[in-house]
Amino acid sequence: MKMKMIQKLTLAAAVASLAMATAFLPAGSARASAEGPEMHEVDWSFNGPFGTFDRSQLRRGYKVYKEVCATCHSMQYVHFRNLGEAGGPEFTGPEVKAIAAGYQVQDGPDQAGDMFERPGEGKDPFPSPYANEEAAAASLGAYPPDLSLIAKAREGGPDYIHALLTSYTEAPADMTMPAGGHYNPMFAAGSGVIAMPPPLADGQVDYDDGTPNTLDQMSLDVSAFLMWTAEPKLEVRHRLGFQVLAYLLALAGILFFATRKIWADQH
Amino acid sequence: MSGHSTYNPSNGFTRWLDERLPIMRLGHDTAVSYPVPKNLNYWWTFGGILTFMLVAQIITGVVLAMHYVPTTALAFASVEHIMRDVNYGWVLRYTHANGASMFFIAVYIHMFRGLYYGSYKAPREILWILGCLIYLLMMATAFFGYVLPWGQMSFWGATVITNLFGAIPLVGQSVATWLWGGFAIGDPTINRFFSLHYLFPFLIFGVVILHIWALHVTGQNNPAGVEVKNKEQDTVPFTPYATVKDAFGLSVFLIMFAYFVFYAPNSLGDVENYTQANSLKTPLHIVPEWYLLPFYAILRAVPSKLGGVILMFGAIAILFVLPWLDTSKVRSARFRPLYKQFFWLFLVVCLVLGWCGGQMPDNVLFSVGGVDIIVTHLARLLTFYYFFHFIVLFPLLGLIERPKPLPESIAASVLGGKTAAAKA
Repeated sequence: MKMKMIQKLTLAAAVASLAMATAFLPAGSARASAEGPEMHEVDWSFNGPFGTFDRSQLRRGYKVYKEVCATCHSMQYVHFRNLGEAGGPEFTGPEVKAIAAGYQVQDGPDQAGDMFERPGEGKDPFPSPYANEEAAAASLGAYPPDLSLIAKAREGGPDYIHALLTSYTEAPADMTMPAGGHYNPMFAAGSGVIAMPPPLADGQVDYDDGTPNTLDQMSLDVSAFLMWTAEPKLEVRHRLGFQVLAYLLALAGILFFATRKIWADQH
Repeated sequence: MSGHSTYNPSNGFTRWLDERLPIMRLGHDTAVSYPVPKNLNYWWTFGGILTFMLVAQIITGVVLAMHYVPTTALAFASVEHIMRDVNYGWVLRYTHANGASMFFIAVYIHMFRGLYYGSYKAPREILWILGCLIYLLMMATAFFGYVLPWGQMSFWGATVITNLFGAIPLVGQSVATWLWGGFAIGDPTINRFFSLHYLFPFLIFGVVILHIWALHVTGQNNPAGVEVKNKEQDTVPFTPYATVKDAFGLSVFLIMFAYFVFYAPNSLGDVENYTQANSLKTPLHIVPEWYLLPFYAILRAVPSKLGGVILMFGAIAILFVLPWLDTSKVRSARFRPLYKQFFWLFLVVCLVLGWCGGQMPDNVLFSVGGVDIIVTHLARLLTFYYFFHFIVLFPLLGLIERPKPLPESIAASVLGGKTAAAKA
């Protein structure tokens, strides 16, 4: 009798704690979304197990990066040669050379012991717009983060970048904006105050492929481009993953029947 | 349990070798003729899965170490070099990083299986303690490894954990300085963590050998929790029975592993770790990897720093003495109606503790009559239960519980009603 009661009590306790756990979990995510407005989940071409980058989109995104973002943001882990590699924007060899040559990079020391400038080559990483973080912070008020990995360094990834770029708006009337601050409700880290001025506006970057250069389109393109810079092996990862999983599924199938057969005399 | 060796050298060379170094005999007795209880379920395949994971982590780790640079200036960049420029470096790194999580998933299943089926009880106390030691070494290894990519969470996680030692009275600060190799986390720290991260897996490997040795002395526990009585009726030889079953279990586990590596490689990590460590910029929310969250929750639940550290380490230390806290003679929870329910409650408590560890401690869960109940309050309640479960319930349940009748033998438990009917 007593036993039954203890059993019932423990069961009730278990159910209650389970219910608590499940009740709190959504509360946690609700809190997360309360920090910033809901971000729109974009149906990216690279989503899903068979997703690949859209080459034209990456090329447009590169153009946006080069003409707008690169003014302030470095991209130190990306090399010019990467632009021509498979699974990326896949610029042709001469195109990559021309892009690289458009930059002056520091090299040296030469035989006289002096540093010198030369046109960029495929082997060089993208030069940073500022000498160091301190110089950038001194000139801009805050250090603009390196963009190589930004799509993996922010919750929401490319969805977040797209949402951030398109969420600039007037600050609420009751909010006092600090000097040099701009209102962007998506920038949760700064409670809506971001040092970066709205970087993109409709028609800002000229596209050569006839795609309408709206704010939304440019934001999408540069977000996709930054996903590629963060995860340049995404396409080969998806392809190899499919092969590995197909192999493992076949192996598991064979082993399942082998196990059944071997154990048949024991049951 | 293994009894006499049944190894029979089949040719001149193996006979010659057997008289000098009976290594073939060892292999045969360990992995071929070793008798396995025939009623083992798939929860018993995790031992093999863990062995595989250890070897996989060592192999991927050794290759990663060929490309990694353990300095504060270059560590982060060298990891990106692996991801971008080393041939298949991204597979190696994602396999190694997710492999750590898979290793812990498997070890937690393995440990909870032991708790459910009473695998820690006599005569398997040493086996259990060796397992606890492996778990402790695994946590240390994982902690060292997480610091190496030198991301924001690497740095701040290391700061939080090493500062814990500062809570030790009198010598705390000196101990922290000694661990760092300086007055803050820097080059000496990352270099020694790299060295230890390389060393510890081999220590684990050594203890694993002892663990398997102890296992082969006592024989495996089994879902019925009764000892092998008749080798012919109760057991099957390891090969082919356990070999093929373990291989199937492993292949299913690898499917999950591969899914994470190829389709969700960063889902178990923290986005902060893709930003290089910056000692001047503290992340909003410092959290360890998921597998350490329950202990992190215990640490934060205690208002005193030293108390938190003691309880956190105590939560692991208490596992070592479980064999002597449990007063029940019955091993398997199948025949322990009370313990079985508390087992599931304990599992839920551990999961919710883990959830608490990932939340901001001041988050309000709900308000009762104007009083806010925050995450810390819940974590305190659960921490209390964690220790209550082992210190009070483990001795108590064995005394008040009336276990169900045990099966006569393993064979009888497998065949169930069939033997009873046949006997009648």
